[in-house]
Amino acid sequence: MRLVDDIVGRWTEQDLGPGRVLDVVRAPSPVLSTGGAPVDPAAPEVVRLAADLVATMRVSPGCVGLAAPQVGVAASVFAVDVSSHPKARTHHGTLVLCNAAVVEATRNEKGREGCMSVPDLTGDVKRATHLVVAGRLPGTGEDVQVTADAFEARALQHEIDHCHGLLFLDRVAGAHAVHPRKTYL
Amino acid sequence: MSSLAITVIGRDRPGIIAETTAVLADLGLNLEDSTMTLLRGHFAMMLICAGLPGSAEIERALSGLAAGGSLSVSVREVPEESTRPSVGSSYLLTVHGGDRPGIVSSVAAEVSRVGGNITDLTTRLTGDLYLLVAEVDLPPGVDVAALQTALGGVAADLGVEVGLRPVDSDEL
Repeated sequence: MRLVDDIVGRWTEQDLGPGRVLDVVRAPSPVLSTGGAPVDPAAPEVVRLAADLVATMRVSPGCVGLAAPQVGVAASVFAVDVSSHPKARTHHGTLVLCNAAVVEATRNEKGREGCMSVPDLTGDVKRATHLVVAGRLPGTGEDVQVTADAFEARALQHEIDHCHGLLFLDRVAGAHAVHPRKTYL
Repeated sequence: MSSLAITVIGRDRPGIIAETTAVLADLGLNLEDSTMTLLRGHFAMMLICAGLPGSAEIERALSGLAAGGSLSVSVREVPEESTRPSVGSSYLLTVHGGDRPGIVSSVAAEVSRVGGNITDLTTRLTGDLYLLVAEVDLPPGVDVAALQTALGGVAADLGVEVGLRPVDSDEL
């Protein structure tokens, strides 16, 4: 397995081709609890799904990640892009991974998360701030390993959870750790 | 279909929630928002539910729960309230220090003075230490630095420590 930085550095979302903007499903849709089956990252329909996830993420204000179950597809594919988020420290730009799994997760920090699929609530969730993730790139199918920190690490864990049928609600830090969403100014 | 506010307060023991909610389910009531905690060892639960039975019928059905005298139950009809997200900025207010009368009222008065709305509040007394943690919505245009200064002044008078920091959430 090669390190991500040289492979992902060459990879761009243009490799996926144009995507369609899909509707985002909301809890309690069963697909959000089903999780995603492993996919063949080189299959044309998986590449198209990856492009759709990127396109849908792009048109959703403030959205830094989207997983296939959130567009109603029970597949282990997600997109993240935290590059313009103020809490990002390092990042990999637009990153789309298939069949991703956490290899290493350390240095937990609590943060308050929202999710397009749970639009009325936020929750306090502990996430690792140092993360190593293994997955495969859509299209080429190359195996990659991503080392992420800070906000990108949180976003990756949130999306990998979606691919395993988990919402942030499954990880909230306590009975009083779920809050009504506020409209921030 | 009406909204009903139900409170159950009293001596804690296993099974109170199971018994209360079984009665409500049998009446066809739908539990909506609820919160329950132990306040200095006392069981305290508040819930809003919706359904056809009136408050008198529900109180009758829950009378067995209150029969031993260790729990008091109240039921009343309440109007529907908006659950739209509030507009403004969210802050976490923390106060801790030696216990004395007036901490909550003094601090809450400063929040109220600027139109701030406390949306969640927990206080605990443990030994001599008093702790307050509150979520506060501040309306647009509030001078947060001035509020922090005002709270600092109140805290100094009370001999406690106060903090007011923004709480933001991230869309993922």
